[in-house]
Amino acid sequence: MLAVPGGDQQQQEEEEEEEAALGSGARYAKAGAGPAPLAPSQPGGGGRCRGQDYSSQAAPPEPEPGAGIGPGAERPRTAMAMAWRAAPRAARLLLGRRGIASCIDPSTGLTEDQKEFQKVALDFAAKEMAPYMAEWDEKEIFPVETMRKAAQLGFGGIYVKPDVGGSGLSRLDTSIIFEALSTGCTSTTAYMSIHNMCVWMIDTFGNEEQRRRFCPSLCSMEKFASYCLTEPGSGSDAASLLTSAQRKGDNYVLNGSKAFISGGGDTDVYVVMCRTGGPGPKGISCLVLEKGMPGLSFGKKEKKVGWNSQPTRAVIFEDCVVPVGNRLGAEGQGFSIAMQGLNGGRINIASCSLGAAHASVLLAQEHLSVRKQFGEPLANNQYLQFRLAEMATRLVAARLMVRNAAQALQDGREDAPVLCSMAKLFATDECFGICNQALQMHGGYGYLKDYAVQQFVRDIRVHQILEGTNEVMRMIVARNLLQG
Amino acid sequence: MAGKPWGAHLRQVRPPEPAVPPQVRVAPGGAGVQTQGVKHGLNPFCEIALEEAVRLREGGKASEVIAVSLGTKASQETLRTALAVGADRAVLAEVTEGAAPGPLEVASALAALARRLQPQLVLLGKQAIDDDCNQTAQLLAAMLDWPQGTFISRLELESGAVRVQREVDGGLETLRLRLPAVLSADLRLNEPRYATLPNIMKAKKKPLEVIPASDLGVSGGPSRLKVLQVQEPPARAGGEKVENVETLVEKLRQSGRI
Repeated sequence: MLAVPGGDQQQQEEEEEEEAALGSGARYAKAGAGPAPLAPSQPGGGGRCRGQDYSSQAAPPEPEPGAGIGPGAERPRTAMAMAWRAAPRAARLLLGRRGIASCIDPSTGLTEDQKEFQKVALDFAAKEMAPYMAEWDEKEIFPVETMRKAAQLGFGGIYVKPDVGGSGLSRLDTSIIFEALSTGCTSTTAYMSIHNMCVWMIDTFGNEEQRRRFCPSLCSMEKFASYCLTEPGSGSDAASLLTSAQRKGDNYVLNGSKAFISGGGDTDVYVVMCRTGGPGPKGISCLVLEKGMPGLSFGKKEKKVGWNSQPTRAVIFEDCVVPVGNRLGAEGQGFSIAMQGLNGGRINIASCSLGAAHASVLLAQEHLSVRKQFGEPLANNQYLQFRLAEMATRLVAARLMVRNAAQALQDGREDAPVLCSMAKLFATDECFGICNQALQMHGGYGYLKDYAVQQFVRDIRVHQILEGTNEVMRMIVARNLLQG
Repeated sequence: MAGKPWGAHLRQVRPPEPAVPPQVRVAPGGAGVQTQGVKHGLNPFCEIALEEAVRLREGGKASEVIAVSLGTKASQETLRTALAVGADRAVLAEVTEGAAPGPLEVASALAALARRLQPQLVLLGKQAIDDDCNQTAQLLAAMLDWPQGTFISRLELESGAVRVQREVDGGLETLRLRLPAVLSADLRLNEPRYATLPNIMKAKKKPLEVIPASDLGVSGGPSRLKVLQVQEPPARAGGEKVENVETLVEKLRQSGRI
């Protein structure tokens, strides 16, 4: 840089430096004289990086018609789009857009405390998760350290009781937190919600000894947990599971296998539903297994369309010996424990979908404002305006359903389980539609892995399938309507 | 220094500031930026100052951290965030809506509070990111007749004094200031923590005192500074490639750049 003396120059440097440190997060430049100040600790550059918004900078000239999306062509390059890997647009938009009150603002109607929780979670998502979301997806990295950082803030056992290390918050607080974290990386947040569900199950149905043995290290995420219900032969028909647990003295001996287990092979604690009695739900019990127990092994890591920041493997039991002291609750109570865990799990998964949809709406909003065709921004087209409005409307509707169900579950209302099913059904379906629409609005760019919207689409697609398929959700709602 | 913590009142001071504006727009009329609908939050440099104060207390070097602000009722939210990060209590010098205090008014209010609360150290952010004035710390030090260390990137408490490293145009400058002193934090002083969920809950129980600004003998606004005009930077024009350095220098000369 030219060392031209004069105040202007210095101010310019300082502004750039601040902008660099405050903005992109990856660059760090203090040009000019003097010894370099202390280097910033990675990631994210020196100090806290704020969501500097570069969109006041005009976009570069539009490509020639017919240029296509070959490597040589110009892309709608706001500085934000270019810096997506280092400081993703979605994260910047979220940090930035938080400042403007809008119809899809997720903080409306929340208490002061809930707004604080949401703020911390959004900050964490934008700084610790969003910059890495693409890399975690591409390289299939299970981000253990980042999750442990989240656990330090209390996100490891959000609705677990404080006496064993949990944060003791409500289901609604939990929903708000997962929705916010999901804007940073949906796949990782979804795993964290599964982890939280398992810790809650041990906290709620375990005896004192089990709670103290397992919960503290799970709340801090020193250890990670997996939920094992599904089997190759029993998915929606969960009660027909076959993994057997034969009582032999002070132990159970397990034989069978579980399929599609999130975290399987990398996690330490496994909450396993297995058959200790006769057929049907009443013969199922819940056992807690630990990695390293003889007879416990894992299948190959599955290759998935999304959720790539968490490994998915089969869990195999071959004469696996588990002490009776590892059983949660009574024999035959396992299915009920599993279903009660899933009520919360469904809220959480729906909340993850909400976060992804919110981020996608912001990305679409931005793209429509920047991208020009036929001489004007896409946002001038009424069709796209209407589509965006519909996306926003459905997002808010889904959010209200999820929060309503969370409150019902917190209050222990009788209709809570069916409300959770309705919320999961509605939110996951609608949010996938929203993310998909957002991708469509991006045109060809939406299909490129350089742009975040495709990852949101891929990551939340599975939310319509797991924790009870949306078809099973309909079964539950229909049963509630027609049996009563 | 000796292990025993001394009874230093460490005070973190922060005027309420808007969060990073998502898309800064010039207000109609050109006399400012649009603030309607923009949510306000804790100024980033003040966050850094707060973090340093909390670290001093955690290290046993200070006995109490008081978070302070001059602002409307809405500033209570910002102070609650400060409590969640680790301040022990908070004081709001309240002004009415639309008061629009400037740095002079803020410094006056802080000076009044300093005389009331008697801290050993006042830590501020070096500047607010909405107006970038970088005046409050300096004005405050002058009003109290205390030594000031601005743009600090390192802080060490000693007996009866504080040693600071400042980032200045020529590099780094180290000063030793007798206490009580006023300091303003720069970017590289530390990396602020996230508030944890338990601390957010605990913040509810920490005391937050509200004092009308008039009780402190300060007006709280309006500022004697008047913004005449705000305009967006010129739209980015295309660049130009030149053949050689001579042409480059010639073009720079022609456009008056050199």
